[in-house]
Amino acid sequence: MALRSEAKKDIVAICQEHANEPSPLMIILEEIQRKYGYIPLEAQEVVSEETGIPVAEIYGVVTFYNFFSLTPKGKYVVGVCLGTACYVKNSQAVLDEFEKQLGIKPGETSDDGLFTIEALRCIGACALAPAVSINGKVYPMVQPGQVGELIKECRAKEEA
Amino acid sequence: MERISTAAALDESIAKYSKAFEDKLSGKGGKRAVLICGGTGCIANGSDDLVKEFERLIKENGLNARVTCNHVGCFGFCSQGPFVKIFPEDTLYRKVTLKDVKRIVEEDLIGGNIVEDLLYVDPVTHEKVARQDDINFYKKQKRISLHGCSLINPDFLEEALGYDGFKALKKVLTEMKPEDVIAEVTKSGLRGRGGAGFPTGKKWSFAAAVKSDKKYIVCNGDEGDPGAFMDRSILEGNPFEVIEGMMIAGYAYGADEGYFYVRAEYPIAVERLKRAIADMKEVGLLGKNILGTGFNFDVHIREGAGAFVCGEETALLNSIEGKRGMPRPRPPFPAIKGLWGKPTCVNNVETLAQVPYIIRVGAEEYAKVGTQGSKGTKVFALGGKINNVGLVEVPMGTTLRTLIYDIGGGIPNGKKFKAIQTGGPSGGCLTEEDLDTPIDYDTLVARGSMMGSGGAIVMDEDNCMVDVALFYMDFICSESCGKCTPCRIGTKRLHEMLQTIVNGTATEKTLEDMKALASVTQKGSLCALGQTAANPILSTMGKFPEEYEAHVKEKRCPAHVCKKLTRYHIVPELCKKCSLCARNCPVQCISGVPGKEPYHIDQSKCIKCGACMAGCRFHAIVKE
Amino acid sequence: MAEKINVKIEGRIYEVDASLTVLEACRSVGYRIPTLCYWNHGHNSLASCRVCLVEIKSSRGSRLYASCVYPVKEVPAEKGFEILISSPMAVEARKTSVELLLSNHSKECQTCVKNGQCELLHVASITGAEDRKYIGQMTPTSKDELAPGIVRDSSKCILCGRCIERCKEATGIGILGFENRGFKTVVSPIAGRSFAKVPCIQCGQCIEVCPTGALSEKREINKIDEAKKAGKFLVVQTAPAVRAAISEEFGKKIGEENGEGKMVAALHRLGFDRVFDVNFGADLTIAEESQELINRIVKKTAPLPQITSCSPGWVNYMEFFYEDLIPHVSTCKSPHEMQGAITKTYFAEKHGLKPENIYVVSIMPCTAKKGEKERPENQAIKGIPDVDCVLTTRELALLIKRSGILWDSLPEEKFDDDLLGEYTGAGAIFGASGGVMEAALRTAYHTLTGKEHEPVDFREVRGQAGVKTAEVDLGVGKFKVAVASGMKNAKPLLDEVRAGTSPYAFIEIMGCPGGCINGGGQPFVKPSLLDRESPDILDTYREKRAAILYSIDERKAIRQSHNNPDVIRLYDDYLGSYGSEKAEEILHTSYRLNRERYPK
Repeated sequence: MALRSEAKKDIVAICQEHANEPSPLMIILEEIQRKYGYIPLEAQEVVSEETGIPVAEIYGVVTFYNFFSLTPKGKYVVGVCLGTACYVKNSQAVLDEFEKQLGIKPGETSDDGLFTIEALRCIGACALAPAVSINGKVYPMVQPGQVGELIKECRAKEEA
Repeated sequence: MERISTAAALDESIAKYSKAFEDKLSGKGGKRAVLICGGTGCIANGSDDLVKEFERLIKENGLNARVTCNHVGCFGFCSQGPFVKIFPEDTLYRKVTLKDVKRIVEEDLIGGNIVEDLLYVDPVTHEKVARQDDINFYKKQKRISLHGCSLINPDFLEEALGYDGFKALKKVLTEMKPEDVIAEVTKSGLRGRGGAGFPTGKKWSFAAAVKSDKKYIVCNGDEGDPGAFMDRSILEGNPFEVIEGMMIAGYAYGADEGYFYVRAEYPIAVERLKRAIADMKEVGLLGKNILGTGFNFDVHIREGAGAFVCGEETALLNSIEGKRGMPRPRPPFPAIKGLWGKPTCVNNVETLAQVPYIIRVGAEEYAKVGTQGSKGTKVFALGGKINNVGLVEVPMGTTLRTLIYDIGGGIPNGKKFKAIQTGGPSGGCLTEEDLDTPIDYDTLVARGSMMGSGGAIVMDEDNCMVDVALFYMDFICSESCGKCTPCRIGTKRLHEMLQTIVNGTATEKTLEDMKALASVTQKGSLCALGQTAANPILSTMGKFPEEYEAHVKEKRCPAHVCKKLTRYHIVPELCKKCSLCARNCPVQCISGVPGKEPYHIDQSKCIKCGACMAGCRFHAIVKE
Repeated sequence: MAEKINVKIEGRIYEVDASLTVLEACRSVGYRIPTLCYWNHGHNSLASCRVCLVEIKSSRGSRLYASCVYPVKEVPAEKGFEILISSPMAVEARKTSVELLLSNHSKECQTCVKNGQCELLHVASITGAEDRKYIGQMTPTSKDELAPGIVRDSSKCILCGRCIERCKEATGIGILGFENRGFKTVVSPIAGRSFAKVPCIQCGQCIEVCPTGALSEKREINKIDEAKKAGKFLVVQTAPAVRAAISEEFGKKIGEENGEGKMVAALHRLGFDRVFDVNFGADLTIAEESQELINRIVKKTAPLPQITSCSPGWVNYMEFFYEDLIPHVSTCKSPHEMQGAITKTYFAEKHGLKPENIYVVSIMPCTAKKGEKERPENQAIKGIPDVDCVLTTRELALLIKRSGILWDSLPEEKFDDDLLGEYTGAGAIFGASGGVMEAALRTAYHTLTGKEHEPVDFREVRGQAGVKTAEVDLGVGKFKVAVASGMKNAKPLLDEVRAGTSPYAFIEIMGCPGGCINGGGQPFVKPSLLDRESPDILDTYREKRAAILYSIDERKAIRQSHNNPDVIRLYDDYLGSYGSEKAEEILHTSYRLNRERYPK
């Protein structure tokens, strides 16, 4: 899939904006990730051309950090916190329930492109354990029984 | 805001805003102030909406002239949030919901009466407590790092200036030579709050000794320990304090540029830090010739992109340099050769947050708090099976008993305390017998754990320690950078061995092999992550050998956590033969005759989902 | 005089150079600590394999350190430090590191291309690693056999990172990198792609440093058997640099022996119908290339500088990154392609052979040549490749061993004197960086002045520097020339050409640092496996190999390509003049525009 020319222009602009920063690669990748939701290889090639950093090195960086994704994420990114505080309060069961109901594993996106599940490392909401975040909004003390409700809520937003 | 380009101008601003802040909280002129917790935990519980609702109702009721309302940083007592605090009375409302706002406005702000049912109730005495300082959770705390958190509006430089902000900076820039600053911090006994506890003054002196055209300072806010969120709360609650600490450090060893490395998962912290930096630049507290003293300092923010290992300082530097966050061999230490090859001190958020206080009160005064080898206070994130979940700052040397029972309020549901895990994945477990040890860097290490960043997760009798070890190994395996052999492959093999234990296929040799490999991983890995990776295993094996033995020899999980070693059983005498369990069972492995024959689980088919037990109203189903 | 320091190693005090690492210091006093990721003086020093761990004891206790990066000045004997190599703690740790690596490593050692030259097996043996001490899941792996010259099998990769560094250092491209994290980490050219789907120039430098069988040349030995079976007329031709290194495969020290005579004898015994020397092709290349240069200078047929085209690694690089420089690149085929083309035309005609029945095998120090022979641009007769098969020096050694031929028992024999047999000293030095330049200058001088250059040598373009420049007097004026080897070294020169600011008339570029003597198909120089070599062998092997070529040149009676009688006869009988239409057709090639760097 070739990058649309405006996307390419956009990425070039992002690179140029930070050209004066020392070692701006992370900043550039974070911006692309935020803007497009993922960083495809084609985008990495553009970044490589602009920054002179080998594509292999950029790819190495993209695949090192959890925040970066090579494939588009779902419209609703469901993060289940597996930090210690949540884990000892059985957040694994909540994650299992999401997996079961959505039929996908952590890191995967549902076929309809709506949901991505992520297993998160501590989001610092330990008092709210087990915590679930959907598109950044934190849901406190989620029990496996509430999972269906949360999914329904997202679907309802879609239909509205 | 006015420009602050000289020391005199700073004095003026400090005087002006201190008065304003004091007036705000003391209710001068009959004014009242509403402070609402704006920490991540409370925001998740809707505190942003509370602010809006207060603003709306204050306006609607024509209270604009005499009531102010704003968010502040974390109150720490997160399990009771969201908090609303009313000044000058210092009334603390907890677990405030949207519909409660109207009542607070009408009954308290207008009527002048306390809304009784929103007060904290002491779980032991069942008495209502109106003032924060009277709540047990707060009584034994001492706030240095959390200075100003839950009091000042972190979005306003004015409020920081009104509450001790930049007094230390002024003192340093106008009265102290760089070497004096290092001497003072060295004298204070401050040690790095990020984990290993390296003396901060010593670190700075290394960097000071290197001649270089450029030096950097990096603030490590890549708080990755699951269960720890003190750095986030400090950055959210009083970003100015940390920037001030960073500037003081920079002045001390000659750095003129600072980098904040903050987890991308902390958007609120990043946003507030950004605003703080922008405001400081605008008034001239950052930039060239600060306070007219010739001191230059600039600050940048880099966001971590989700890699636990970047909490390791050399990995962090690689990450800032746009590389994979793989640790570098040391030496050279960053203080000699760090960011872009220049001398760089990497200091933790909490460490830097202590610095302005040390300068303000003096090293001697500071060193009065704490133990022989560990001075000052430490913030802990209390979590897990404990009543009062939250962030607490206590003097070094506080005992675990105080932490868990006096401050933490003990274990919920009458369960028995089993262990407290400190130091995150790199740390270890402490047990009943450690409860009365004064905790500091050295006692924790001596007892097989470590301070780490201050995560403290409490486990009760329902937690299986092998499972806990497995959890941490799972974490380490997925967070290992993959660079060095013992960490990349060693932790994987350790994880696999643990899995055989929880699956019931391990032998006694597994335990021996695991211990041996854990020891080599500890000694032979490249960085602290790898060197401490096996700690959870070694620690739980050391403290709970009988649990491991039960798993291995008896194929039994004493806490009934490990699925493969746990059986669900219906006690015939208790079974009311209602058939609910059989209907709940997803694999139809429960049989019986409704009303006639007690139900029975076919163990060969049971998938141990627990649906039967969760559904039984007569507690007739047990795990064994 | 370097600063010295006293260190205590295993109870004894030694004075060592203070700038060394613990590993190097130990080596300087007679200890060889096993290692995998370390490569010569920190050219790769990730300290990641943990196979070189030593115990360092002091009053503060004992700790393990990676000796490959730990500076010896941190552990002076005066301060009570002692380095322990064989303490139980160090021995156990090194052994465990190797056992862990083995637990995530392919078990196909018997059939591995590196069988006998594997550093992992070597350290496994010397650390006493136990077989299958740890068993568990393996990292998902991939195998790439798509590219013409290099095969990558990640099941054998131990993530030492040497190849990553070498690629960056040699080519400046950085084709390889670490991917993913933790146990899933692999080394690959992006997302497990093939080398054929990235702008890899196939130079094979990565193979030279790979400690295991994860990277290797794509073997073509079987093709020879098939050609034999099909009854082809087998012509073999060997590149200049091969003779400088082939003996190393048979236990000779580096630089000890010019393997030419024995190699020829071996090739005769292997059943080739003709055994020729690509040095002839090199002479032919000089004839054409110097003419092309003169045309550019005198007739301004194309822009200056002219850049050589002998190295297929460089040609690949140029097509990927500097296609705008195509007008500058000599259109001459590389020597073995020229010779292959002549074999299938002139030689075939003279012998009444059908070109399609001739099977030309090139023995090359190079992996990129394997791809070069497949270029449709290199077919003097359409549909028939000029060269059919390319074996590396290492493959030839294997072929010789496979046939049971004992190297030391071989006599010295001469290349076949049959139309293409003669070569000059100028052809011989092609194998070293600067050799093509020197050979071309000798002939250009003659063409322009009608006289031979005195002395014969142009020494200023010799040596192991990455970039060499000189001003030479070609009789009709002074010209600046430059020689670069390794693409990273060449890049600044190329950028000048691109910017129109290049002061040079002629530039020689070789893909591999040091030229063909250091090609990706040459015998491995693995200090840990070469007990008889001195510890600094990685700093000296290139010069030692180059010295063999220069000594051949010196001993040759004829030292200028234009004086090669077989070349003269070829032009008289067949091609006409240098640069004639027929020569153009047979001996010249063309280059590709728009070569995709990341094809799907």
